[in-house]
Amino acid sequence: MAKMTLEELRKLRENKKIELDKRDTEGKSIHIIIGMGTCGIAAGAKESLDAFLEEIDKHNIDNVTVKQTGCMGLCYVEPTVEVKVPGMPDTIYGNVDGATAREIITEHVLAGKLVDKHIFDRPAKDIVKE
Amino acid sequence: MAVKNYILVCGGTACESSKATEIFNALAAEAEAQGVIDDIQIVKTGCFGFCEKGPIVKILPEEAFYVEVVPEDAKEIISESIVKGRMVERLLYIDEEDKKKGDFDIEDIKFYQKQVRIVLRNCGFIDPEKIDEYIAREGYVALEKVLFEMNPDGVINELKESGLRGRGGAGFPTWMKWNFTKGVKNDQKYIVCNADEGDPGAYMDRSTLEGDPHSVLEAMTIAGYAVGANMGVIYIRAEYPLAIERLEIAIKQAREYGLLGKDILGSGFDFDFEIRLGAGAFVCGEETALLRSIEGNRGMPTPKPPFPAVEGLWGKPTVINNVETWANIPMIILKGGEWFRGIGTERSSGTKVFALTGKINNSGLVEVPMGTTLREIVFDIGGGITGGKKFKAVQTGGPSGGVLTADFLDTPIDFDELTAVGSMMGSGGMIVMDEDDCMIDVVKFYQEFCVDESCGKCAPCRIGTRKLYDILSKISKGKGTHQDLENMETIGNAMKKAALCGLGQTAPNPILSTMKYFRNEYLEHIDDKVCKAGKCKDLVKFEIDPDKCIGCTVCARKCPVNCISGERKQPHFIDQDQCVKCGECYAACKFGAITKS
Ligand SMILES: Cc1cc2nc3c(=O)[nH]c(=O)nc-3n(C[C@H](O)[C@H](O)[C@H](O)COP(=O)(O)O)c2cc1C
Ligand code: SF4
Ligand code: SF4
Ligand code: SF4
Ligand code: FES
Ligand code: FES
Repeated sequence: MAKMTLEELRKLRENKKIELDKRDTEGKSIHIIIGMGTCGIAAGAKESLDAFLEEIDKHNIDNVTVKQTGCMGLCYVEPTVEVKVPGMPDTIYGNVDGATAREIITEHVLAGKLVDKHIFDRPAKDIVKE
Repeated sequence: MAVKNYILVCGGTACESSKATEIFNALAAEAEAQGVIDDIQIVKTGCFGFCEKGPIVKILPEEAFYVEVVPEDAKEIISESIVKGRMVERLLYIDEEDKKKGDFDIEDIKFYQKQVRIVLRNCGFIDPEKIDEYIAREGYVALEKVLFEMNPDGVINELKESGLRGRGGAGFPTWMKWNFTKGVKNDQKYIVCNADEGDPGAYMDRSTLEGDPHSVLEAMTIAGYAVGANMGVIYIRAEYPLAIERLEIAIKQAREYGLLGKDILGSGFDFDFEIRLGAGAFVCGEETALLRSIEGNRGMPTPKPPFPAVEGLWGKPTVINNVETWANIPMIILKGGEWFRGIGTERSSGTKVFALTGKINNSGLVEVPMGTTLREIVFDIGGGITGGKKFKAVQTGGPSGGVLTADFLDTPIDFDELTAVGSMMGSGGMIVMDEDDCMIDVVKFYQEFCVDESCGKCAPCRIGTRKLYDILSKISKGKGTHQDLENMETIGNAMKKAALCGLGQTAPNPILSTMKYFRNEYLEHIDDKVCKAGKCKDLVKFEIDPDKCIGCTVCARKCPVNCISGERKQPHFIDQDQCVKCGECYAACKFGAITKS
């Protein structure tokens, strides 16, 4: 990408916003977001990531994106993972080891059921007081 | 069959102890009885961070948030929430303030949150390695606004209006620093980010950089425009490889987009970055030592004045701010200083990020408005003390800070309140201690840290920290005297006045603060030669109660020095002369036969 002008930056922002909104509302796809801060990685986030990828492969699910993010603030239950599936509430899971990751795919993603004992509601919603 | 509703029952420690399991079972039984069991799924969750009003039950997707639920409520929850799709109003959480106003709307009652995210607004939401995601969340809008709609004075005024104070510890008004630097005429000025974060137990800055590196880059670029600097330097400890990597990626992406480099967005303003790695000495977080370290010299503090704002890096005017301070700035520009000032307390606006650790159920990063009380942080957000033990104190400000006792649980936390009670905001480490923690042991740890980290340039700190440590060791061995307490006070007060930099000036704080609030504990160590918490090994004694011991031999097998003797099924005995006080036996005995005193 070449250097941008102001107009180009604004356009890019609008497009990206629409893209983000789209994936929330229209929701054609499933998102798995893994907390990959230093503590997440230390707690085994890489192992969970591998487990997710393997399981997704195994079940031939093709509408899932797996991506990373930073600290969710739930450091006591690392690794943490946010799962967004259309038609289901967005969910944050904690203590997601390899086995739990597989369970999230088979239960949450495929069967539409939440995985017991691993849910941690976000301590702060995405609120910046307005 | 598709599930229509999800019922989340909090299974966190606090709620669990107030009948969460019974509620769970009652809900399942009711759902069965009312024939909706196949439409719902009931799951147990972790703590919602609202234990004070527990047990908590939440219904999704409606987001009905029920508080103080009892098992008897199960019937109504199922019949109303699930069968009829209505909320059980009497169980909903209602904010006291809304109640007073009396004008709340059911639709508006959201899950009440004690946390407010400004600094951590993007952490845990965006992929920090993709600039597009930052841009999509209003990223670089503040920079646009500054470059095309504001002049440098306007930017500084907005900061002044916001009341933002430095988050690196001292709480100095940010706008003033910027204004000093702006006021100095020089063709070369620098903007520096202090990402040294040396306070043991703190990792707020690391997480911010790992989770949202662009927010810091954007803020520093804004500062460059405001004070007339074209170069930013990020000083970060080498022990933070992931944060460094993400910063490097962020800088590269911003350059590619023309958000850094020459003629940013065609505005004619140039700005670029350099990353410098620190070797991890605590004193290198002190601003003058940090600048010397960047210059390639030994990281030792230099006297102030001259202040960095006037004569900083390479002798040029330099704005130096902490990571968290920086991360606030784009939001202040975007939403205005007045908005920021509306959050927090009168003299400390905005939020503070704390790294909550120690004997707490939900350790982690929390961001709360200034003025939040310790009680809310420890008991609501933090979920209370582990193992249901008794709260003893909270340590804030790390090696420079002090303790806050149970008496201060309702003190609103901000810069001035903490200083007034003899502690310090510090960078935001917050260590929760329970009855098993010994204050002498804790301050000894910090003092040892200061001995190791003192750069040795000035005598009050070099000698003072060592002396203080020696006295503490003596006390922890039961050999202290009342004179020692007086001496610590004298030495400590002298260091506060005479040490060259903040390290030495604040090193006595943990001692002075605990001597004030836990004097009894010092006296117990000195007069009675006991450590009630059992942490000072020289004062602990493990003994076996012959009446309780059933002679299972477990302790004897655990003891690393084989100093426990006794026949099977006969009371055992500890040879005190050989015991190394490791506590293994105490932990191993299942019959409560071993006492610790
Ligand atoms: C011993 C010592 C260690 C310090 N360590 C840090 C640190 O790790 N990070 C930091 O931002 N400030 C640290 N400071 C404070 C800095 O000197 C300086 O006040 C700060 O970087 C200014 O930024 P602010 O105004 O945004 O807080 C330390 C100060 C002392 C005396
Ligand atoms: S107070 Fe301590 S760390 Fe600071 S300059 Fe003096 S010896 Fe060095
Ligand atoms: S405290 Fe340790 S050394 Fe002492 S008796 Fe028990 S196990 Fe042995
Ligand atoms: S473990 Fe307890 S009960 Fe068993 S021998 Fe030791 S003191 Fe006695
Ligand atoms: S740094 Fe990973 S959740 Fe806090
Ligand atoms: S344990 Fe339930 S809200 Fe904290």
